[in-house]
Amino acid sequence: MNPWLFVWIPAIAGCMAYFISNDALRRTLWLSVAFLHLIGSLFAASPPLTLFPGAWFGFDSLTALFLPITSILFLGASVYGVGALRRDARMPHPDRLPRRSFRFSPEAIFSGCMLLFLASMSGVILSRHFGLQWVVIEATTLASAPLIYYHRSRHSLEAAWKYLMICSVGIALALLGVFCLALAGSGAIETLTIEGMLERAGVLKTAWLKLAFIFILIGYGTKMGLAPLHTWLPDAHSEAPSPVSALLSGALLNCAFLSILRVHQVCLPCGIGDFSRDLFTLFGLVSMGLAGIFILHQPEYKRMLAYSSVEHMGILSLGVGLGAAGAYGSMLHALNHSLVKAMLFMAAGNILWMYRTKTASAIRGILRRNPTAGALWLGGFIAIAGSPPFGTFLSEFIVLRTLLDQSRWLAAAIYTLSLLTAFVGMASIMLRMALGDPNPTETREKLDPLCIAPPLILGFLALGLGVFIPRDLHLTLIQAAQAIGGFMP
Amino acid sequence: MTTLTVLLALTGVLLLGSSRLSISIRLVAIQGFLLGMTALWGESGFHAAGLSSGLSGMLVKGIVLPWLLLFVLKQSGARREIEPFIGFGASMLIGLLLMGLSAWIAWRMQLVEQGLSPALFTVALDLMLVGLFLIITRRKAITQTLGYLIMENGVYALGVGAGTEFSFLLEIGVLLDVFVGVFLMGIMIFRIDREFEHIDTDRFIELRDTASGKLPVEAGEGVR
Repeated sequence: MNPWLFVWIPAIAGCMAYFISNDALRRTLWLSVAFLHLIGSLFAASPPLTLFPGAWFGFDSLTALFLPITSILFLGASVYGVGALRRDARMPHPDRLPRRSFRFSPEAIFSGCMLLFLASMSGVILSRHFGLQWVVIEATTLASAPLIYYHRSRHSLEAAWKYLMICSVGIALALLGVFCLALAGSGAIETLTIEGMLERAGVLKTAWLKLAFIFILIGYGTKMGLAPLHTWLPDAHSEAPSPVSALLSGALLNCAFLSILRVHQVCLPCGIGDFSRDLFTLFGLVSMGLAGIFILHQPEYKRMLAYSSVEHMGILSLGVGLGAAGAYGSMLHALNHSLVKAMLFMAAGNILWMYRTKTASAIRGILRRNPTAGALWLGGFIAIAGSPPFGTFLSEFIVLRTLLDQSRWLAAAIYTLSLLTAFVGMASIMLRMALGDPNPTETREKLDPLCIAPPLILGFLALGLGVFIPRDLHLTLIQAAQAIGGFMP
Repeated sequence: MTTLTVLLALTGVLLLGSSRLSISIRLVAIQGFLLGMTALWGESGFHAAGLSSGLSGMLVKGIVLPWLLLFVLKQSGARREIEPFIGFGASMLIGLLLMGLSAWIAWRMQLVEQGLSPALFTVALDLMLVGLFLIITRRKAITQTLGYLIMENGVYALGVGAGTEFSFLLEIGVLLDVFVGVFLMGIMIFRIDREFEHIDTDRFIELRDTASGKLPVEAGEGVR
């Protein structure tokens, strides 16, 4: 299968979506592209993987893991998004801006940007060339900034501005890293592909390679939300519409992570794998510790979820930093976290729609007022806390065991302490929201089935991964872990 | 070549000292032109390989983006940068220090072995630092956008200096990203001005982690 299709089809559909004024037609286009993308990525991820030597796009084991994650989440977010747009159309908001004939309707911009966002994320996952990778990562920022600003409120404007500014500056630093990478080789274009760099592993100049890794880690790390570079993340995740938050957290952060892993892949055979591993470990632990502190006493529940994403990005980074089985744990956790966090953001979107507030203390008794929304919220809490039936438990445990195997007692202490802090913080906020007696004046409203099905299915997928990992997925995870310097014991 | 690098460094220092926003935008435009020239000339006379990237860079960074920013500036009614966190005189002094620092790093890195021009490398690093400095110490959203553009210019200059032969397609891709990025920032400044009636980003303090102060319920339309 031609990998360019994953980029071009959503990109063209996205551009078309701006000009389609019929809502039903546009939504059909949007959902069918999302569905096709999922079918295609599952097909492409099944072995044998085809790498086209010298090509700028290709499938490898990391792609085979991350592309289906993005597809599943995008389909879920699209179905949820259509449901959310439908329920808003039934109950138009009094502040709704008058439609002007020469402008695209807000929904057209929304679906168009979503599809362009999908195209750019697919590009990041598939790209084998560091220059091209930079171009598509910056494109993800540009496609998602209007999505964050969708509500047209002061807060969303502030969040989108910070997102655009901080990420663009970070990514500009990453471009510097890409040039350093070119200088580590001879500077010719062919050598900037991953295969080209790996072929010359022996003759690359390690000083420039180290510099490149630092700049790219800082640049793309900003986008990935590694502390202390995460400052844009809580604002953007809490102000964006919920399906967008789900994609930002579950898919975009992974894409940025993958881009750093690509450089790590080059560092490994050049003998500076320990250098890059130490940096991964350091950033991972700092992110976990800081996020844990911010989750405690967080007044807003969507911000709490955002900080939880910072924490889980820390786990991913730490896992890669440990290598060995930790890399396997990290890959498995990337999958688990994406499913669970997307589910939680969608559940949060339902709650936001019911209560019209983001303040956690204003909400009580969701379970009694709307059992479905409450059950999703509670289920999400159990999953994100890493409790046994869910896959998150398994992946967090693998990382912990690797820490203990390598006798890194201090890191293991920080790891468990941060997980515990986050657990206590999230439990106190989320349980209080779900349990208790609701305010008697609140009415019971029916949620749109399109807004319930996606989080429910994602939740069941996360549950299933805790019970049973299919053989093909297991093999893909092992290959992905091997590609970034780990293995499964 | 040397003349071009000296002129580039000069725009950096002048940008740190300019308080009038319209002048700053024009300085960045001049900078974009000079950068396009460096891509065209290279180390030894006219450089045909740099023709496409040099000309497209000049068009976007020297004409289109400055024109867009001048338009946004006119709409917003802001004239000058008021009370930056670090004064203009001190900023220029720091600019000189940054240039010294860049030159020292360039000297330490023994670039000649790499086939890099130390002068161009110094200027590239200097422009990146100047851009970052402006983003951190200035209040107006438009100056921060300029800071981003200056930083991007610095990275671009390094790419020219390193002789990285990105293919034409990639160069256009990078340029398109920068263009769309600054375009979006321009639109946002426009809306920030309408919504807040100022474009001072240091007054963006409504989003934070503390529970102090009532966080008003979101009253926007659309997907929740």
